[in-house]
Amino acid sequence: MNSILEGFSEAFGLLISLDPDLIEIVLLSLRVSLTAVFFSALIGLPLGAVLAVAKFPGRRLMIVLINAFMGLPPVVVGLVVYLLLSRSGPFGVLGLLFTPTAMIIAQTILITPIVASLTRQSISDLWLAYRDLLHSFDASPMQIMRTLLWEGRVSLMTGILAGFGRAIAEVGAVMIVGGNIDRATRVLTTAIALETSKGDLGLALGLGIVLVTIAIVVNILTLSVGQVVGGQSLEGRAP
Amino acid sequence: MSKILPLTLNNVFYRVGEDRLIQDVSLRFEAGPITLVIGPNGAGKSLLLRLCHGLIAPESGSIAWGGSDAVQAAKHQALVFQKPILLRRSVYANIAYPLQIGGVLRDTEIVDRVQEALKLAGLEHIADRPAKVLSGGEQQKLALARARAQRPEVLFLDEPTANLDPRSLKDVEALIRALHKAGTKIIMTSHDMAQVKRLADEIVFIYDGRIVEAGPAEKVLRSRHIKY
Ligand SMILES: Nc1ncnc2c1ncn2[C@@H]1O[C@H](COP(=O)(O)OP(=O)(O)O)[C@@H](O)[C@H]1O
Ligand SMILES: [Mg+2]
Repeated sequence: MNSILEGFSEAFGLLISLDPDLIEIVLLSLRVSLTAVFFSALIGLPLGAVLAVAKFPGRRLMIVLINAFMGLPPVVVGLVVYLLLSRSGPFGVLGLLFTPTAMIIAQTILITPIVASLTRQSISDLWLAYRDLLHSFDASPMQIMRTLLWEGRVSLMTGILAGFGRAIAEVGAVMIVGGNIDRATRVLTTAIALETSKGDLGLALGLGIVLVTIAIVVNILTLSVGQVVGGQSLEGRAP
Repeated sequence: MSKILPLTLNNVFYRVGEDRLIQDVSLRFEAGPITLVIGPNGAGKSLLLRLCHGLIAPESGSIAWGGSDAVQAAKHQALVFQKPILLRRSVYANIAYPLQIGGVLRDTEIVDRVQEALKLAGLEHIADRPAKVLSGGEQQKLALARARAQRPEVLFLDEPTANLDPRSLKDVEALIRALHKAGTKIIMTSHDMAQVKRLADEIVFIYDGRIVEAGPAEKVLRSRHIKY
């Protein structure tokens, strides 16, 4: 009981004093997960839109796979990326294992299916609603895709935030491919695991509070993005 | 002057599964008269417009534009849907959208056309409002203004006044007359016989997917088939 209280007071001390170790870990976490989200959106948005609108052989299979991959266990993704990047693996020469890049790759693989699947669902609904109109306007496939992605911006934003939430909170993949190396690949989740096992509950709790705060902020954003983005975008002229 | 008319349908059939929804329709639409497609709910009026506009393809038979091929013809026609389909943007942006993706007009021309359409439909004061918050009547007018801005040779209107109050109904009918006067071929559906009498130069009467009568308005209105 005492140690928990001590942990909490130490945690607040670290947070209030903006402890440089803690700051470094938080910044790396954000960098890795935000970059992973960026690439997931880059791949997942067009992929989801194509799966929603286009008809081609193998489409159904891809949809089934992507939906199944939404729930991939992070440790399995970590293991696969580890095998690919390890020295004897196909991409071993790149020397990426135990770098933030490897962590970004693993998290991108982890959350791209989430972004793609949620994108496909909302773009499918929009396509049903706007198909006749866009055909009437003689829109090209490219224009159709861009228009639907723009029309769906609110729910797509929600999907992207969901992906970010999953990335920042996962521990299995970054632990395996990053190695939790101090001042190199240590992020919030791996640091919490380590500090807890070492018995440094103050730092672990401090990190945990930051992580939970980020999660709460992401959730608030997810909830309010509909109202905020929706309200603003409905008013604006562009594009 | 006419670029794509006449429009000719020859023995057109359309079905979904076992349901034969359009059967053996042959029609010819010439430049000039306001054509009203009439008939009870479920007769196939909307389907007929969608077939003509190329949104659905006939199972058999042909739909041909006299002046040009289908690709060219598509650029010179517009359709206003029974339920207005509006993008999640401002009134202004909704009108500008088809002009922008058309890719042939300069920005200044687009602005001019949007302004003109807004004025014609009486929507200037709400140009910056999100389209989705408009009332039913305003949405209907917006859809019409958007089609107008495309400057089509042929304008298909699917029950354009179905949900309007008497005041808006008058406005929209005046707008339709103005467009017709400016040289636009109007092909519209309606099940309001008073409106049909006010607007129709010629009438196509459809029942159960078949053409029962087609011809000059006075003649079709005298026909014994019409018992509204
Ligand atoms: N995609 C579809 N599948 C099955 N039935 C349809 C479809 N579209 C229209 N129908 C049917 O075709 C008939 C004609 O529809 P429609 O052209 O919309 O009638 P209206 O004359 O009222 O505009 C209706 O009975 C409708 O239920
Ligand atoms: Mg109808």
